[in-house]
Amino acid sequence: MNIYVLMKRTFDTEEKIVISNGRIEEEGAEFIINPYDEYAIEEAIQLRDEHGGEVTVVTIGSEDAEKQLRTALAMGADKAVLINTEDDVEESDQFTTVKILEAFFDDKEYDLILAGNVAIDQASGQIGPRLAEKLNIPYVTTITNLKIDGDTAHIERDVEGDVEKLDASLPLLVTCQQGLNEPRYPSLPGIMKAKKKPLEELELDDLDLDEDDVEPKTKTIEVFLPPAKEAGKVLEGEIDDQVKELVSLLRNESKVI
Amino acid sequence: MNFELSKEQEMTRKMVRDFAEGVIQPRTIEIDTKAEFPADIFDQMGELGLMGIPFPEQYGGSDGDTLTYAIAVEEIGRICGSTGLSYAAAVSLGASPIYYFGTEEQKQKFLVPLAKGEALGAFGLTEPNAGSDAGGTKTTAVLDGDEYVINGEKCFITNASFAKTITVTAVTGKDDRGKNIISAILVPTDTKGLTITSNYDKMGVRGSDTAEIVLEDVRVPKENLLGDPQKGFKQFLYTLDGGRISIAALGLGIAQASLEKALAYAKERKQFGQSISKFQAIQFKLADIAMEVELARNMVYKAAWLKDQEKNFTKEAAYAKLFATETAFRAANQAIQIHGGYGYMREYEVERYLRDAKLLEIGEGTSEVQRLVIARQLGC
Ligand SMILES: Cc1cc2nc3c(=O)[nH]c(=O)nc-3n(C[C@H](O)[C@H](O)[C@H](O)COP(=O)(O)OP(=O)(O)OC[C@H]3O[C@@H](n4cnc5c(N)ncnc54)[C@H](O)[C@@H]3O)c2cc1C
Ligand SMILES: Cc1cc2nc3c(=O)[nH]c(=O)nc-3n(C[C@H](O)[C@H](O)[C@H](O)COP(=O)(O)OP(=O)(O)OC[C@H]3O[C@@H](n4cnc5c(N)ncnc54)[C@H](O)[C@@H]3O)c2cc1C
Repeated sequence: MNIYVLMKRTFDTEEKIVISNGRIEEEGAEFIINPYDEYAIEEAIQLRDEHGGEVTVVTIGSEDAEKQLRTALAMGADKAVLINTEDDVEESDQFTTVKILEAFFDDKEYDLILAGNVAIDQASGQIGPRLAEKLNIPYVTTITNLKIDGDTAHIERDVEGDVEKLDASLPLLVTCQQGLNEPRYPSLPGIMKAKKKPLEELELDDLDLDEDDVEPKTKTIEVFLPPAKEAGKVLEGEIDDQVKELVSLLRNESKVI
Repeated sequence: MNFELSKEQEMTRKMVRDFAEGVIQPRTIEIDTKAEFPADIFDQMGELGLMGIPFPEQYGGSDGDTLTYAIAVEEIGRICGSTGLSYAAAVSLGASPIYYFGTEEQKQKFLVPLAKGEALGAFGLTEPNAGSDAGGTKTTAVLDGDEYVINGEKCFITNASFAKTITVTAVTGKDDRGKNIISAILVPTDTKGLTITSNYDKMGVRGSDTAEIVLEDVRVPKENLLGDPQKGFKQFLYTLDGGRISIAALGLGIAQASLEKALAYAKERKQFGQSISKFQAIQFKLADIAMEVELARNMVYKAAWLKDQEKNFTKEAAYAKLFATETAFRAANQAIQIHGGYGYMREYEVERYLRDAKLLEIGEGTSEVQRLVIARQLGC
């Protein structure tokens, strides 16, 4: 099986995030593989081990993403591709990403493309479905179980806590949800071997794209952090009075009812 | 000068940190209170290739370097001193001498299972009456035909109860000047006459196994002698030099953990209407810890780097061990202080850091012995 994984390098949202000049400050931020993409990588490796074939992990980004690609290789992926847009793309959105991926997959043979359900940084959840549309292949989002049987994929997906079971035909694109698997830690021998595995670097030029072709369709107006959590308030007194006070606060102060 | 770590070193740090936080952290308090060696954690560490970092693939290792290994010890130590000590001892004392001095056959037979994490290594040097003065070893090994017959007693040996093989030092004869020749001999733990007991009730590193070994007419094939029969003493001094880097890395990990806990707590804890991190008295403590942690890290990494470059690292390993372990003790002590009464409670973990750190100032050469080593290197 020819398996591709779409991977994004994201900042760790569990770490402190600083915004300056309308951008997230990269200096000092922790960068990781988007956690949902880790499920995709793990699933791809397991499928490859079961059915044979090859796992290629693809990312769009800058030189810095090499570390995350190498980590995917250390986990067990066979090849990595870095589409380096550092010099060509100033602003980007989901359109940009899909356009580049579409060009990348243009001459590729694939049975399965796995992506994360969302990237935890911008959380659009659009890349997988939009790419599948462009490639004209079926897609299933938020999967929690996957069995491949010939040309058919038996899938379970998460629908708001319930499970939906469905079959789809290959080639197929799926986006992975928590619960699909338990991503492995890259082993030490894996890490050491990763440096010998192929990591191809491409630029827009190599995909016959111009900067104009990938110009974003959206404009970011403002980037801001959620308001800081204020100190809580503990109500006191008789229960009846507390309830009255609570309702009044919800109505007049926080205006939620 | 380049202070940047390689991608492999960075990835190793991330992996070991994730593993330590995910798998070990939830069990640290239990490991300490029950004083139980977490064998299953070591199985997992073996599967991840952590037990064989500084050894080549042909011996079951992961083909990493000393620096990568030091980073791994640091990250394990940041979460659990007990696990860190057993790990450092298994690799630096158990496996390394076989790698440095073993014959090809000994490496295949004894090193491969250690590097793969299928067995745990141990090194028995200390005796009831020969601690800092390792030259005072009383255990003897006498050649009888094709076998060495070993008699003696070892104490405080890390991992011994869980080891398949223990490297034991023993007097094998006298040199021209009439001084004892001390050699290292590989002793499988199922050999008749070997008794291992671990009844110590320790102050810290309580989840690390520490055992007493009694050898009564223990017979092993003479091929089990490790390395040059005349240079056993030199060999284990070299082994200890390497081991010091790992104990230093363990101290660094505990110091780092103390810093992180103290800083987070100081920012959170309010007294007199503000975070205690706003008080200069607390700030100065934090500033000192942060600085010492970074200095310790530089020294530990430099010593590891020197070893990887095959340069002399005896003095630097002693600097690193002395400074990083004393930093760990100071940092843990101040972390408790910053936590106030809460820091005295097990739940907050910093009190354990202090108990664990104390061992590091004693094992693999006390702080005094490090100063002796440094002074000797200075030509005193
Ligand atoms: C938990 C634990 C694990 C251990 N693991 C191992 C192991 O795996 N293998 C192993 O072989 N050993 C191990 N040891 C033993 C350890 O290495 C010794 O405890 C250590 O070397 C000190 O020896 P000692 O306890 O006999 O103390 P002593 O040597 O009796 O020292 C007592 C005090 O005297 C000081 N002192 C001694 N000589 C001098 C001097 N010349 N000048 C100034 N001061 C001096 C020392 O610094 C110390 O403060 C372990 C010990 C512990 C506690
Ligand atoms: C075993 C034990 C027994 C105890 N027994 C009793 C008892 O019988 N009765 C009782 O009432 N209490 C008792 N205590 C509580 C003890 O008195 C407090 O823990 C102690 O006063 C410190 O308060 P705290 O723990 O809230 O720390 P905090 O006051 O939160 O202090 C945290 C850190 O901030 C520092 N700090 C705080 N304010 C300032 C400042 N303005 N400037 C600079 N530094 C500052 C402190 O020195 C400390 O390092 C006991 C505690 C323990 C651990």
